[in-house]
Amino acid sequence: MTRYALYLGCTVPVRGMHYEIAARRVSERLGVELVDVDGFACCGFPARPLDWRTGLLMAARNLALAEAQGLDILTLCSACTGTLTEAAHRIREDAELHAWINEQLAAVGRRYTGGVRVRHFARMLYEEVGLERLRAAVTVDLSAFGFAPHYGCHYLKPSHLYDHFDDPENPRSLDQLIEATGARVVRYEDEAQCCGGGILGFDEETALSVTRQKLEHVCAAKADGLVLICPFCAVMYEANQRRVESLYRVDYRLPVLYYPQLLGLAMGFSPEEVGMKLNRVKPLGLIEVLRGQGEGETR
Amino acid sequence: MEGEEEVIIDVSGFDARFRDEIAAEPGGENIRRCFSCGTCSAGCPVGGVTEKYNPRRIVHMALLGMREQVLNSDFVWLCSVCYTCYERCPQDVRIPELMTAIRNIAVREGHIPRTFQVQIETLRAHGRLYEIGDYDNERRAEHGLPPIREEVEEVRCILERVAVGEGEP
Repeated sequence: MTRYALYLGCTVPVRGMHYEIAARRVSERLGVELVDVDGFACCGFPARPLDWRTGLLMAARNLALAEAQGLDILTLCSACTGTLTEAAHRIREDAELHAWINEQLAAVGRRYTGGVRVRHFARMLYEEVGLERLRAAVTVDLSAFGFAPHYGCHYLKPSHLYDHFDDPENPRSLDQLIEATGARVVRYEDEAQCCGGGILGFDEETALSVTRQKLEHVCAAKADGLVLICPFCAVMYEANQRRVESLYRVDYRLPVLYYPQLLGLAMGFSPEEVGMKLNRVKPLGLIEVLRGQGEGETR
Repeated sequence: MEGEEEVIIDVSGFDARFRDEIAAEPGGENIRRCFSCGTCSAGCPVGGVTEKYNPRRIVHMALLGMREQVLNSDFVWLCSVCYTCYERCPQDVRIPELMTAIRNIAVREGHIPRTFQVQIETLRAHGRLYEIGDYDNERRAEHGLPPIREEVEEVRCILERVAVGEGEP
């Protein structure tokens, strides 16, 4: 059985509970054990622009907590994935830096020996559970639906941090994960486009004009929804969708789903069980079909 | 002419050592490799929607030694850290990390955008970017999710060791 320390970060437990709900559901069903570690805090990403070493230290502190439990880290947020992975790499490669980290961590009673592995949830599904087992777990027919994949940035890049497990210019893993649910993948313009979240706090107008582009492209491709794997991308495309609509006087009403939600639905969980109550724009067509299939089988 | 005076740059104020200062900063090591091909700007998602951000221009300004103009600017804060240019740069300049290096120097000289200051204050107060209080844990419980305890002391201690964002050192 696969066992991981579940690292939630800052955004998921408050603004991305539907992601967490669905991730926990599908993990349990697939035999992936998630351990909640007391004391995890921010990954350090927001501290990096001000002081790079502070960000590294915050990341290292979280790595140390996982190490103390003898566990590798499983992440839901792509920015956390990048920050924690980079810290683990740098510490492993730079003995001087490693020594400095431990000097600093001693002040909070922590120590990091090294060797904790950081995995994004989607990559774990892709590489460790594997597409075959995912397909075997699917019980609901989603073949009538097409979803646009949004990989985001930090799940893939910098690619050397992630052992080049997927191609950052032409990624396939999320496509294949979507296809494993039985749904179709919908192609659209400029798929690699960033969500703009990195500059939301500094320049909202510019950030939202980046966000808008993908909403336009995905709607033009007539996808049933956008499927993503990072809570901050969801903040941009889901939580801020209304704001983009009112700023630009457009009407998208594009459902945005976290991949584990889509997978959970395909595995037969009800919309409620994968946290669909928390999705701002409901994939109504999908919910209707699921309800029909569910009623036919069980009620 | 008045208009011309506005665009003419006084090169006597340039600081030729700025590139070395950046290169000595973690993440800035590769700045001198840049040959201004513009691959970064061509694929930049932020540059695609606004002229305010142009990574090639920023790197060029830094290499020329326009220290004050770069450190006082808003534009160094507009990199969304998407790593598109990082992957494509033929010279491996690692621009997102370079921007971090420049931001770190700017911060030490007192240039901290309000939004980043607020984020650090939130981290000091809650150990995370979004507070998790009783209300949030009640909401989590309603959805069958376990409670989360804010880890404040250790994070504050780490932030204090580097004394970041506390104004003049």
